[in-house]
Amino acid sequence: MTIEALVVAIAMAVAAGLIGSFAVMKGISLAADPLSHVALPGIGIALALHVHPVFGAVVALAFGALLVWALEDRARATTESAIGVLFSAALAVGSITTTGEDLIDALFGGAGALSLSEKVFGLSVASAIVVFILTSKNSLVVMMVSPDVARTAGIKVRRLDLFYLEAFALTIALGLRYLGVLLMGALIIIPAVTAKRLSQGLNSMLWFSVALSVLSTALGSAIAAHLHREAGPIIVLVATGLFLLSLLARRQRSAN
Amino acid sequence: MMTDASAENELEVSHLSVHFDATRVLTDLSFNVAKGSSVAIIGPNGAGKTVLLRALIGSLQFSGTVRWTKGVRIGYVPQKLDLERDIPITGVDFLSARAAVAHKPAVDFSSVLAPVGIPLEVAQQPIGTMSGGQFQRLLIAFALVGDPNVLLLDEPTAGVDEPGQEHLNELVRRLQKNQGLTVLFISHELSIVYKNADYVLCLSRARTCFGSPRTILTPDLLREIYGSEVSYHVHDN
Repeated sequence: MTIEALVVAIAMAVAAGLIGSFAVMKGISLAADPLSHVALPGIGIALALHVHPVFGAVVALAFGALLVWALEDRARATTESAIGVLFSAALAVGSITTTGEDLIDALFGGAGALSLSEKVFGLSVASAIVVFILTSKNSLVVMMVSPDVARTAGIKVRRLDLFYLEAFALTIALGLRYLGVLLMGALIIIPAVTAKRLSQGLNSMLWFSVALSVLSTALGSAIAAHLHREAGPIIVLVATGLFLLSLLARRQRSAN
Repeated sequence: MMTDASAENELEVSHLSVHFDATRVLTDLSFNVAKGSSVAIIGPNGAGKTVLLRALIGSLQFSGTVRWTKGVRIGYVPQKLDLERDIPITGVDFLSARAAVAHKPAVDFSSVLAPVGIPLEVAQQPIGTMSGGQFQRLLIAFALVGDPNVLLLDEPTAGVDEPGQEHLNELVRRLQKNQGLTVLFISHELSIVYKNADYVLCLSRARTCFGSPRTILTPDLLREIYGSEVSYHVHDN
């Protein structure tokens, strides 16, 4: 892996750590996996039209997030049930429109070196997500505790919710080339779940989540390079290993 | 529709109706709230008291008109929130977030925690581990950080122990009298309503009414509102 690719991967990990923190605190962590599936039909259509697959994935994910947002309001459906139904169907459609090696790449990532446009896309989108979370974290906290209270504090609740869901979808798109649709959801959620177990306050939650996400990505990439394997699965295994260690650390702390 | 109220009123509500699908919860409700006054909202469970407060803050769709005075700053204290016990947000995180949203650079947390009777050490704990009463007080402190001129309180003393209830009722009364806050509060404690409210808005399936505690809290009217005998104790002081 080149230094440039590692920088893009770390930027992606920082964005995943921050977005994942709020997904876990909001209780929508189960949504990460099915929402990532909606990228598949986008990739399939993009390949059929001879457009870059990441472009197709971004459009499909952005539309998916918009759909979830609209359903939340109009049908009063919960985020998770809406995502569960619609995006399982998207996985089926995606499996038909994306076939063979392209499907494996889309699911697990890792094919070939990143192009210049992919690096620029990765860095700029990751930076935008980090800026969004850091500037909106206070509003997100208040909205998370009570949307009604947030409304009286002058927060545009519906708009913020849409921005968050779109940032969440873009974070999945960030990891497509590197981890694939199936594994990016895991990188968003697992470090944040581990961080939640270790944290007592907001800032420690955000720092732990970012640190664990970056550590999983860097360590996983290094191990994968050493073993001549694809990085995605190893990164997720490292993140899972760190989660298991956190269980032991918590048990140790309780015993003392 | 939400527009500005006239100069002497903090809030003007006319022909307000709220319905969920086929169920009408509030029908053609009209009342005005004068600036600096205290209005108690009473009625049996399911009469639409919380729905009314949520409509007033724009959280629910409604028909009719809600006019708040220009420049209103509302502090809303909801009845009960379901929080995960292990959510990693402390009381101080929550208050800091409110201060940041209000663009206040530095807040002396003790100045908002002391009046509601929460020690700083308690506010430094995760909000999911606080008792119902502690979290209720934190929500009032949260509202005060926003420097409100209106407080909307949905059963503010629910889940608070007896001395805590008296403390909170006294705090709200003091804020209303000393700082000129307009207060709308939902309560089932009619003795507190009699003591603290300037006006009473009653909601029930049978009827709605608005007036002074002396004219509303009569045995006949209470029987009509609640559908059974209701008694309360009028404090001497």
